Parts: sequence; structure tokens; C-alpha cells
Amino acid sequence: MAEIRIKQVAKSFGKFQALDSIDLTIADQEFMVLLGASGCGKTTLLRIVAGLETATTGEVWIGDKRVDRLSPKDRNIAMVFQNYAVFPHLTVFENIAFGLRMAKIDNNEIEKRVKRTAELMHIEQLLQRYSGQLSGGQRQRVAVARALAMEPEVILMDEPLSNLDALLRMEMRAELKSILAESNTTTIYVTHDQVEAMSMADRISIMNQGKIVQAANPTEVYRNPAARFVGSFIGNPPMNFLPATRAANGRWSVAGSEIDGPTSDESTLEFAIRPEDLTVGDGPLSATVKVVEPLGPHILASCLVAGELFRVILENGSNVQSGDTLKIKPIADRIRWFHPENQLAV
Amino acid sequence: MNMAVGSQGGFQPGKSLRRAWFILITVVLCLWVLLPIYLLFSNAFSTSSGVSAFPKGIVPPFSTESVGFFFRYSGVGKAFWSSIQVAVLTMIMSILIGAPAGYSLSRFDFRGKNLFRILILMTRAFPLPLLALPMAVMFIRVGLDDTILGLALVHTTLALPFAVLITYSLFSGIPIELEEAAWTLGCNRIQAFRKVIFPLVLPGITASAIFAFVISWNEVFAAAVLTIEHRTLPAFILQSLGVAPLHLKFAGGAVLVLPALIFIFLVRKYLFAMWGIANR
Repeated sequence: MAEIRIKQVAKSFGKFQALDSIDLTIADQEFMVLLGASGCGKTTLLRIVAGLETATTGEVWIGDKRVDRLSPKDRNIAMVFQNYAVFPHLTVFENIAFGLRMAKIDNNEIEKRVKRTAELMHIEQLLQRYSGQLSGGQRQRVAVARALAMEPEVILMDEPLSNLDALLRMEMRAELKSILAESNTTTIYVTHDQVEAMSMADRISIMNQGKIVQAANPTEVYRNPAARFVGSFIGNPPMNFLPATRAANGRWSVAGSEIDGPTSDESTLEFAIRPEDLTVGDGPLSATVKVVEPLGPHILASCLVAGELFRVILENGSNVQSGDTLKIKPIADRIRWFHPENQLAV
Repeated sequence: MNMAVGSQGGFQPGKSLRRAWFILITVVLCLWVLLPIYLLFSNAFSTSSGVSAFPKGIVPPFSTESVGFFFRYSGVGKAFWSSIQVAVLTMIMSILIGAPAGYSLSRFDFRGKNLFRILILMTRAFPLPLLALPMAVMFIRVGLDDTILGLALVHTTLALPFAVLITYSLFSGIPIELEEAAWTLGCNRIQAFRKVIFPLVLPGITASAIFAFVISWNEVFAAAVLTIEHRTLPAFILQSLGVAPLHLKFAGGAVLVLPALIFIFLVRKYLFAMWGIANR
């Protein structure tokens, strides 16, 4: 059992507040992704759980043990680094065996475990090589094998795929997901790649400026962003936003048309809709097409609605041209509303 | 036509020109190092009349007469032994003090770090006579005068800045993640250093140790000022052979060069055995 509880963890580097009172509980065997732009504090949070960084205040619990004052070796964790950190002076075999030797496990057992994890990661033919003789993808596999061989309660991954090329990244994504699902470990995985986050996570914690903005499963994060930031960060292309002013109780004026919305006393809100949640033909919004980009599966049209950038995904075969005016209807139950000041969902 | 023939024969003008340069530079560098050594040794192992003969034959007359005389000359053996002791002690002390300082400089942030780095270099800005004379006085007071340890301390102060700066750049060249990975795999700081960092910096540490050895081995001023009974070889040669005949000077020079050559030969494998630290 290795539930991870992070309680009011804050971290500042001098005057810079890297983390601002983080509360997060990660269930046993859950795959949690920390997602955010660079500098949002996701790596700092991971390093605090690993013990490579100390929190300024707050507590970290793994299982029923408080670990925030323990050194990394006493936390029963394993970590995979962005640059792999494969020891260059040891063979692949000795790299994978390194932690096991430190734990004073007997040689037969070490041999068995190294063989097993090497087979799992498809590197059994590389065991006698040195890091300098491996490709980036192979080094990545060694780093993961080294972590898995420890059979830790918690695996921490810091952008493990970001140094691989796109094709390899997609391959490793699926492979890692299935291997970690079978390994009974709790995983915290840091990335800035939303596709990686969406495809691998049980839950995603979206971080911005040292805070967790939303922690939920990928569909929820995508469908019901808890804040404007989440809507603008998740999804490619991101959500469209338009200013809305109160017309009547539950009626909002958006780009000159009235749309049903929440009953709220605010005088203004922000209207938001994903580019694929629109029907074209007859609708309240009129959009002037600026750029048309055929992407293969669909066509992306960047338009202007009331002077604001507004992206629409069109079906293949539509012959929309730059300069056309489209009549757009948002799918009613997909519309989201955000508060103009605190930017939270209404 | 000409081109076609050339490419058939695998002849590439650019490549062969570069190759010629490569060979030329290699030859010049080899001569640069080997010629003085050749002259030194051929004269040291020559007859006393052979040294001043001109023109010389390709194979000079061989004789161990000068070297033999030099070694029988009273005090040489003792000076040689003192030199080795001082150099080894200097080597050990400058690595023991310098490597931890280099490690701290590369891994920790502390106040005055940049000032400290400049100060390390500043110690080299003082001319040695300025340091040696007050030191001689101080050493006499604490009873370190004319001892191996005392001289080794002075040589350590000379070698230390290099030891610190060389090891600093060595440690900085090793990604911190390697150390962090070792920590997460069950090492404490000392174990991580021993099992991961140390093997990776060993070639560099060796090079820096050799450097300290050679600095001490060649140093003559402090040795001449601070020792009387325990003269090191360079100080002894300076004192005794200043007015000696040429062939004895050559013998002394050869004896002075030989240990450094042997030493570098013995540790050459560490100098070349860089594991290709590709993990940056």
C-alpha cells in the first residue's frame, strides 16, 4: 500500500515562490500525471516527493510513513530522470543491478531480477554494453528497467520521454503505460506534453504558477475545465473564449447574440467552447474565416468572431475559403462559462 | 579524365592534404618532446669527452661513467629520496584538500563562492620569494624548518589552486542527476560519491595528482630556502652542480627527468581511459 499524501507543501527559492501550499492525495497504484508549462513547479513537487529537494513547509506521506525529513534512499521510491542518468562507467547489467546491490540482495536474486526487468524492457541483448554504446531510446529503457528492478512502492518520472524523437515517444508511451499498469506501483509522472498526459494518466494534476488548478481524470479535465487556464492549456487547438455580458436572468449576450447560460449576478462572464463542439450552417455566431488549414482527419479554420480569434474544426470535404462568413452554433451542453476575475468555472 | 582516374584510385585531394598536415604536426610535436629527452639522455650516457665533441655521431659513445659518478657523488641518493617523499606528500595533500574543495565549488551554493574562486587564483599572484621567506621564519618557530613535511606544505600551497580548479571542472562535468540517481537507488552522499562520482573522475584526479607531483618535483626556490639537511634533488643539483663539468650536469638533468617520465608512463592508462562520458 503506497498512497501518497502531500499536505500543504510550499517551496520558495529565495523570494521566488515555486510551490504555493499544495494539497494532493495520490491513491495506491494510481498513475498521476503532473502537467504544466515549464516553471510551473511540477518538477519541484516531484523532487520534493523524491527527497532531492526539501519543502519549505508542509508534509509528505508515503503509505503511513511521513517521509519529508527522510533521505531519498529511505523512501522506497525509484526515479527516472529526463536525461536518463545511466551510469557511464557501468554495464547495463550493473546499472540495473545497482540499487539491488545497495540493498544487499543476494547475487542469484539480483541476476534473476535484472534478467526479468531487462526482458520486460526488451534490452536483454544489451546487458553487457556501456551507456556510451546505446542510443537515446535504449538508455531510456535502461533507466526505466533500473527503476522497475527495485520493485519500489512509488515510481517518479521526470519528463522521461521528452528527449526521444516523436515516433519513439509514441511507442514508449504505450509500452510504459502497460508495464506500469502491471507493476502495482504508484506513479507520479511529470510532463509538459498534454498528449502524453491525456493518454497515460489515471488522473491529471494541472499546475500553474506553483498551484494545482485541477486534479481529475483526463476526460473530466478536457470536458469540464475547472478554470480558464485548464481550457486554454489542454486541447490542441485550445478552447475558444468570448466575452459575455448579462442580458437577462440566465441569458447572456455573446458577440451580439443571446445564448442561454448560468443564472448569475455577475454583469460579465466568459463564454468558452471547444473548436470541435460547433455546428456550422445556421447559428447565432457569425465568424469571418481568416486561415484554413487542412490537417488530414479534419480541417482547422481560424476565424474572427466579434474581433476575437475563434477556431472551428470542420469536416473533411467542406469547401470553406478564407474570407467566407460562417454561421456557427455551439452545442448547448458543451458550453462552459468562466468568472472574469477569479477565472474559475461558473 | 584526370578526375575520373583520381576518384577510381580513391584519391581525394582535400583528404590527403589534411592527412599530410596531420603527419607533419604529429612529427613536429614528437620532435618537440623527444629531441630534448634524446639529447639529455644521449649526453648523460656518453663519455665526458663525447659530450663536448662536435659534430656528434648518430650513435654516441655509450658510457655510464657520468651517471655512475653522479650517483656515487655523496648526497645524491638522499636528495633523490627526499624529493620523492616531498612530491608524494604534496600529491596526497593537494588532492585530499583540493578535491573536496573542487567538489563543494561545483555542487554547493554558498556566500562568497565567486570571491573564493578568485582568491584561489590570487594565491598564485604572490611571488614565491615573498611567501618563502616569512614561511621560513614561521617554520623555524614551529619547528617545521628543514623537514620533509614543511617543504611538502609549501609545495601543496603551490599545487593546491590547480588541484581545486581542475577537480572543480571535473565535478562540474558530471551531471548532478547521476548522483541523484544513486541517492534514489539507496546510496547516501558518501556512497554515491564512492560508487559513481569517484570512478568517473578518477582519470582526471590522477592527472591532477601527477600535476601536483611534477610541480613539487620541479620546484627549486622554496626547496633551496627552506631545507639544508633534507635538500630535494633540484635544490641539491642547483647547489652542487652549478659549477660542475657539463657531462655531470647532463647526468643530473637525466636523473631529474626520469622519475617524472616513469610516473606518467605508469598512470598513462588512467589518462587515456576516459569512458566517454556521453551522458550530458
